[in-house]
Amino acid sequence: MIPLNHYLVLGAIVFAIAVAGIFLNRKNLIVILMAIELMLLSVNMNFIAFSHFLGDPSGQVFVFFILTVAAAESAIGLAILVTLFRNLRSINVDDLGSLKG
Amino acid sequence: MNLPLAAFYVAAAVLILAALRVITSRNPVHAALWLVAAFFSAACLWLLLYAEFLAIVLVLVYVGAVMVLFLFVVMMLDISFDKLREGIWRHLPLAGGIGFLMALEMVLVLSSREFGAGAMPSPGAPPAGHSNTKELGRLVYTDYVFPFELAAVVLLVAIVAAIALTLRRRKETRYQDPAEQLAATKAGRLKIVKVAPERPAAPAQDAKP
Repeated sequence: MIPLNHYLVLGAIVFAIAVAGIFLNRKNLIVILMAIELMLLSVNMNFIAFSHFLGDPSGQVFVFFILTVAAAESAIGLAILVTLFRNLRSINVDDLGSLKG
Repeated sequence: MNLPLAAFYVAAAVLILAALRVITSRNPVHAALWLVAAFFSAACLWLLLYAEFLAIVLVLVYVGAVMVLFLFVVMMLDISFDKLREGIWRHLPLAGGIGFLMALEMVLVLSSREFGAGAMPSPGAPPAGHSNTKELGRLVYTDYVFPFELAAVVLLVAIVAAIALTLRRRKETRYQDPAEQLAATKAGRLKIVKVAPERPAAPAQDAKP
């Protein structure tokens, strides 16, 4: 059978790829949102792997809630992106300086 | 090599390839489609862990709803993506270095004996007739009923927020205003004009023969 650390290493690799994606596409807001989805996917993979190997289905319930919150997050994120594009005609992160942060 | 392990390696290879293409694609539509591929292979991996319900939910909710939303937004916005990709490879040493470092650290920790097959043996397949969905449903409606309701509230807030953010009033569109309709009174609509009575003009005399 597949040992636990295979899943954990796979989750770590996908998470690292997503972090690298945020660094690479630091101007493109859409790809940053996609990289966040990838991060959540890798975290969910760890949850499910531990849930299976420890025999505790509570981990899967947690993944269920993470999926819910991630769906809400991406819906609101895309809504903000659409509003932003309407006002600025751009989704470049460098253009978002109106708060002077 | 047994069959589940081979399936694991295939799905994991597809997942890593798709994840790499998501972050390096020139076209965000392609990136979204590669993300769909990543979710599919992750669902396959979850099936190998006997999490059937969540695997199906991942395909239905993520691929069916969230990724379609992504594709809609990417296709709706008229953006020149080449400008956003300027200087993308300038960040490659930093991005690759940090990603490689994180992955290396995790691999070093996880390849120790504590997480191997010896320390944590797989519990194996669940008994015949075992339903993952039933098990999750029982947990969600007993122990986790309050978080479950909170999740419903979170989704409701997300719907309201997404609509409130993207709704805009167009000037040329005509709207009904129910408050104005209800506030209408007789005084605002009806005007009684006193008209002085007038005798109709006498018919012309020469009409008679």
